[in-house]
Amino acid sequence: MLGKLTLSAIPLDVPILVGTFTGVVIVALAVLGAITYFGKWGYLWREWLTSVDHKRLGIMYIVLALVMLFRGFADAVMMRSQLALAYNGNPGYLPPHHYDQVFSAHGTIMIFFMAMAFMTGLLNVIVPLQIGARDVAFPFLNSLSFWMTTISAVLINVSLFIGEFAQCGWLVYPPLSEQQFSPGVGVDYYIWAVQLAGVGTLLTGVNFFVTIVKMRAPGMDWMKLPVFTWTALVTVVLIMAVFPVLTVTLGELALDRYLGMHFFTNDGGGSVQLYLSLIWTWGHPEVYILILPAFGVFSEITQTFSRKPLFGYRVMVYATLAIGVLSFIVWVHHFFTMGAGPNVNAFFGVATMIIAVPTGVKIFNWLFTMYKGRIQLNGMMYWVIGFMVVFSIGGMTGVMMAMPAADFVLHNSLFLIAHFHNVIIGGVYFGYVAGLNFWWPKVLGFKMNESWGKRAFWCWFIGFFVAFVPLYIAGFEGMTRRMNHYDNADWHVQMLIASGGAASLLWVLSASCCRSMSRSVIAILQRTVTSRVIRGMHVRWNGRCHRPRRLTTSPFYRTFMESIRSIPKSRSVVVAMKARR
Amino acid sequence: MANLSATPHGSAHDDHEHHGTNNVFGFWVYLMTDCILFGTLFATFAVMRTQFAGGPTGKELFELNGVGLETALLLLSSITFGFGMLSAFAQKRGAMLVWLAITFLLGLGFLVLELREFANLIHEGAGPDRSAFLSAFFTLVATHGLHVTCGLVWIAIVMIQSFTPQVFTTRYMDKLQCLSLFWHFLDIVWICVFTFVYLLSVI
Amino acid sequence: MINRFLPKLRRLLPLTPALFLSGCTLDLLDPRGPVGIQNRNIILIELAVMLSIVIPVIIMTLYFAWKYRETNTSAEYLPNWDHSTKIEFFVWGIPAVVIIILGTIALWTSYTLDPYRPLHSAEAAGRKPLNVEVVALDWKWLFIYPDQGIATVNQLAVPVNTPINFRITSDAVMTSFFIPRLGSQVYAMAGMQTQLHLLASAPGDYLGEAAHYTGRGFSDMKFRTLAMSDDDFNQWVDKVKGASDSLDSADYPQVAAPQEAAPVKYFAHVQPNLFDSIVAKYNNGMVIDKSTGQVMHMQSAMSDMQMKE
Repeated sequence: MLGKLTLSAIPLDVPILVGTFTGVVIVALAVLGAITYFGKWGYLWREWLTSVDHKRLGIMYIVLALVMLFRGFADAVMMRSQLALAYNGNPGYLPPHHYDQVFSAHGTIMIFFMAMAFMTGLLNVIVPLQIGARDVAFPFLNSLSFWMTTISAVLINVSLFIGEFAQCGWLVYPPLSEQQFSPGVGVDYYIWAVQLAGVGTLLTGVNFFVTIVKMRAPGMDWMKLPVFTWTALVTVVLIMAVFPVLTVTLGELALDRYLGMHFFTNDGGGSVQLYLSLIWTWGHPEVYILILPAFGVFSEITQTFSRKPLFGYRVMVYATLAIGVLSFIVWVHHFFTMGAGPNVNAFFGVATMIIAVPTGVKIFNWLFTMYKGRIQLNGMMYWVIGFMVVFSIGGMTGVMMAMPAADFVLHNSLFLIAHFHNVIIGGVYFGYVAGLNFWWPKVLGFKMNESWGKRAFWCWFIGFFVAFVPLYIAGFEGMTRRMNHYDNADWHVQMLIASGGAASLLWVLSASCCRSMSRSVIAILQRTVTSRVIRGMHVRWNGRCHRPRRLTTSPFYRTFMESIRSIPKSRSVVVAMKARR
Repeated sequence: MANLSATPHGSAHDDHEHHGTNNVFGFWVYLMTDCILFGTLFATFAVMRTQFAGGPTGKELFELNGVGLETALLLLSSITFGFGMLSAFAQKRGAMLVWLAITFLLGLGFLVLELREFANLIHEGAGPDRSAFLSAFFTLVATHGLHVTCGLVWIAIVMIQSFTPQVFTTRYMDKLQCLSLFWHFLDIVWICVFTFVYLLSVI
Repeated sequence: MINRFLPKLRRLLPLTPALFLSGCTLDLLDPRGPVGIQNRNIILIELAVMLSIVIPVIIMTLYFAWKYRETNTSAEYLPNWDHSTKIEFFVWGIPAVVIIILGTIALWTSYTLDPYRPLHSAEAAGRKPLNVEVVALDWKWLFIYPDQGIATVNQLAVPVNTPINFRITSDAVMTSFFIPRLGSQVYAMAGMQTQLHLLASAPGDYLGEAAHYTGRGFSDMKFRTLAMSDDDFNQWVDKVKGASDSLDSADYPQVAAPQEAAPVKYFAHVQPNLFDSIVAKYNNGMVIDKSTGQVMHMQSAMSDMQMKE
């Protein structure tokens, strides 16, 4: 099993990897050195690494997500630049062996360790505060979930330097991922990492379900629940319903590989179709697991900065529930081209389209929340408005592919890639970044830089179109996904433009990261001044809010840093010590 | 520690007094996800139940006598566990220990019979790598067996813990109730295994 | 009915941002067969219907954000307004109507464009369909012409205006058989036979692809589709029949061995039932004849071929 790894598995002959590895080691040494120099090891260990406080775990989840965003983004830039180069006989700079790992790792990391970690982080920070609970129902379990996710993330990154990663795409479709076609350790890394992170997420789901159901403040009945918590509730129900399916699917793949079983093999009666059905039974609700909390964030932000209550709160709740239920009956749209027959395709095609109804309702409700409001057009509202523009287009292309007869030519093309980046970037990513902006003051006691926030938005917004509209077009030109090189001049044009888009996204990512970080460091140093000056203002964001948000007056709504400082021995430490005992 | 066990997260925990029920409720919710896990395995088996790949069929392989005995042992162990719970509620430690011990032995008997069946099948050349049908069969039944093994370890732990001052505290009773849910859940799963895997294959 | 809309929609085409980059061939929007034309028309109709709702939403978003901005104190401000049954009615009604329209089209076209459905209209015109059996290998395509008794690797020649009945399987990993300019794609899976019915209405050299990722040699796993007149096709068949190689179950393992960027190859003779044998070796020596529904045993052929393990 793990005995496959030898010293030769370390790719000393690939200069890119050696360079990356050296870079990672230097950064790691610098960070460790800084911690030692400032004598913060004890603080880090007691207050953070062993903490079971939901707020600190939330922050650590978000830090993990941002680090993984950087890794996944580096992969994306490598793919785009490879495709800009590898035209007409030029092999580019990434051989297939490496390129195939890069796109598999990009998908896996972005979904499991960026988006999921970011979402869990926001849930951790905000949900207990919104429902007036001191912490989640099972704080120790919460910490366990976090560390399972983190260990999986580390495992995936180790595969970069020791051995290899899977070369079968982010959902490792068999039979390609079976022992017969992928004898290397790549798929094993994938199985172990995703399995571990998946179980961690499942436990998070149970934890937050119990928290929301059992630990709401007295008097907070269901129709008084803040919208973000509602979306969080539907998300965790989806997590509980589908992550066991992921566990079983990957478990069966592992049994195929390790014990020679025949679930998904070509021979022995195995069935590829079974894998596709199982993985997408998980996979389709998974995208709603990601998007629903983002919808919650947009609802909170829109009502706050329009200074009006959310338009049609009840309808929003019902629409969220409807999306949750419908997400279970659409999975076959990921493989209309398998030949399941017109009855099956028609059912799943129409079911998929029906999801557009509650989603459209949500868009309209945000629109009418803005209608006749007093909209403060700050960075966060930029993300919301940008989301409504980008996501409407993504929804349109999604409905287009829901039609089986159209999907027969769009399936597996770059059109599909453009579509899901359209909804994942425009919906999920915009939402999480807006949420981070929105709740940042609650976490750290000061606001994020407004002008840099707007610059970041414009770069992402324009960069998105530059990077992905060419992919839509390349899809119409018949270019399929996951190609490593090609010789079609039309495709080359699109790939050149798209890599320009990737570059602009990259620029903003690094620029805004550096900027935010330096801004954070400065602000933390000046904290005594800053937090006192703006505290009264930021906590309520100047907004008129939907009824449940009156809870902002609750004492739990002090900033974290403040409460951490004001309590001599933080509760989290007490709990952590008990858990250790 | 003992005096804090009723409110495991410290005495400052005044804002939600029903923490005890959170444990049992939380475990019940977890069991529902476990239920989905088994459901997926059953679905896999349903897809694979005729994929013999030229190998032996369920009708040729399964001996209902042994399986019937396994079923009887497990069903009986559910009853004895119930008596154990009644003793625990009555705070009778001795009686509880006796009932738990009987449950443990019945569970162990079930596991031994199951392992013997597996060994026989593999010996006959009908191991999990023979065909998709057998892969699905072994995975489903062994996953249940693994759960039973965990249940046995858990029973052993609560029996040992009953000798500490913790016995019959709220926290201990929570643990016992979770275990009870778990054990009965395994029973229900086994009834499904017996019906859908063994009986339907033999008919 | 779709065909009547077509000219109008075509005139709208230049409005799509896609064509701002003129000079590119948008294969899917410029198909060369009736299946592709229907796929294209459905995409354009969907685009039109969806844009009719998406464009107003985007405009409303930007307009509302501008009109009700904080600094515009002259705009009406209703701080407590959060419900209107009338608006809710339209909020549910508009998406529902759009989805009812598109859903009806989806239902209808799922049947009319089912890849398993033979192209009756072309057959009625007196054209006898051409049978082609497709085997996806690592990393190349094997085409067997059972009626002509020939086979090729990575080159598919078809006569124009003749319905082509594909039977598709794989002897390696799963992938998807796709000729963008002719229309629909269908998966190729080991031990399964899928079907696809296409027709090329104009002569040409069209790209054929493995649309689903297959591993190391994926990027070069493509083939040329040569659509030609009947005479040219007959000449092409004669040319293949003049090749020196032939393909039977003894040669097959060499042909099927993994190979990247495989060159075009012709086989003058192919063993009958080779396709069935390839399907059968993953089904315990059995294969279902899709036309009759009968189970056939292919035991003898299978014993010749090495099972890939």
